[in-house]
Amino acid sequence: MSLPSVDIRRQPRRMGETARRDAWWLKPGLTFLGFSAFIVYSTWAAFQNADYQLGNYLSPFYSPLIFGDGPHAWIEGQPEWWPALLPFSPALFILWAPGGFRFTCYYYRGAYYKSFWADPPSCAVGEWRKKFLGENSIPLILQNLHRYFLYVALLFLLILAHDAWKAMWFMGDDGVEHFGVGIGTIVLSMNVVMLSGYTLGCHSLRHLVGGVLDAFSKSPARKKAYDCVSCLNRGHQRWAWGSLFWVGFTDLYVRLCAQGTWTDWRLF
Amino acid sequence: MASVTFRIWRGDGETGEFVEYSTDITEGMVVLDAVHQVQAESANDLAVRWNCKAGKCGSCSAEVNGVPRLMCMTRMTDLPTDVPVTIEPMQAFPTLKDLVPDVSWNYEAKKQIKPFKPRTPDNEDGSWTMYQEDVDRVQEFRKCIECFLCQDVCHVLRDHHKHEEFVGPRYFVYTAALEMHPLDTEDRTEELKKAFGVGYCNITKCCTVVCPEGITITDNAIIPLKERVADTFYDPIQWLIRKATGK
Repeated sequence: MSLPSVDIRRQPRRMGETARRDAWWLKPGLTFLGFSAFIVYSTWAAFQNADYQLGNYLSPFYSPLIFGDGPHAWIEGQPEWWPALLPFSPALFILWAPGGFRFTCYYYRGAYYKSFWADPPSCAVGEWRKKFLGENSIPLILQNLHRYFLYVALLFLLILAHDAWKAMWFMGDDGVEHFGVGIGTIVLSMNVVMLSGYTLGCHSLRHLVGGVLDAFSKSPARKKAYDCVSCLNRGHQRWAWGSLFWVGFTDLYVRLCAQGTWTDWRLF
Repeated sequence: MASVTFRIWRGDGETGEFVEYSTDITEGMVVLDAVHQVQAESANDLAVRWNCKAGKCGSCSAEVNGVPRLMCMTRMTDLPTDVPVTIEPMQAFPTLKDLVPDVSWNYEAKKQIKPFKPRTPDNEDGSWTMYQEDVDRVQEFRKCIECFLCQDVCHVLRDHHKHEEFVGPRYFVYTAALEMHPLDTEDRTEELKKAFGVGYCNITKCCTVVCPEGITITDNAIIPLKERVADTFYDPIQWLIRKATGK
């Protein structure tokens, strides 16, 4: 089976060529700047290997703290097998997961194909690439594994929720943990809310919980789950940006507090 | 009343050029009104396809200032009129004459999609029992008026001319309506991957942006189809389960 051919004589437009009169470059331009800023900051923060925890607060860039020091560490210290020539940071063990989840996310794919690869630069704007393979071949065919990053991201949500819970328990002068809320508690809790809004609105999750079915009437629970995920999915772009900003801000907050630049105010 | 200049594509699929016309615009006019006025006043041989003038027939699709739109639904007040308004035919299809494209490829491509194949009737009178919640999802897809603006804006067809390998957003919507239909028993997953090239879609969402019926093409039709293709062809765990269970 093959689709019919068609004879189009007019040449495709050159890179950036368009009859559009609006500022079509603005959205992909802002996307480029936003993603670039996050990539630069998160890479810098991941290699710091310092100032990522303060008491009961732990930066989400370093959570779970599989190898490290302090009360949040699962295994104390740096693994012995780590090559001496490579810089060590606990963040390097975990950031592949949220990074992979976002990189393969359907929203982000559409956004960075436009803003980074100009493929196309914007709708109805000419592009530079003559040969187009889409997501049909290596490496982009691997985008189809998004659902596996989703599974890990769901696990991370639980871990970050546990971090937010721990951020509500402060060590008192009597050596006993007491319930309390600081600005950091709110920042870490908000991070879980934002990441949940993004992760639980994932297109792959929408498919897995119910989208794969053709008849919802036989599975009312899955229909309910599908409706809930669909509701979040409608704002997936906003959740993607909101959670991206907030997870970066959460790291910054913990970092600046740990450095002593900012003071974490205890509300009660 | 204000005089507005229009740059309108004149020519066929082989050759052509933009020709400027001026006409007076009055309150309430849409682009199609202006084109008809130009036709009446200055270019009697200007070819333009139109029918309902109500955004429901999908005939007057064209590119207005570079954006694929229905001319009958594009208000002149929404366009900058201090500079010429550019009107040209859809780029993803051959041009027959002036603003009239040859969209017959779409009808031929549609024939390649396996038609609706319902299960055996549920009731003795030959009818089926259906529930609203089962058809809510596909009803959105039935709103399509086949204007082909989504096909036109899709860069896979528009810029890369992958017509022989990629069926386009319109027919992913059509296929999704069939695949997700509670009564349908046909499986089109293999064609979606191989013949219809769903993997070429790189989720620009341009099709969703231009759809005059507001169909959420990418999120509700194409991505769910991509996920179904991933189930069958790219998910190793599902592959193992199928091997183990023989399903």
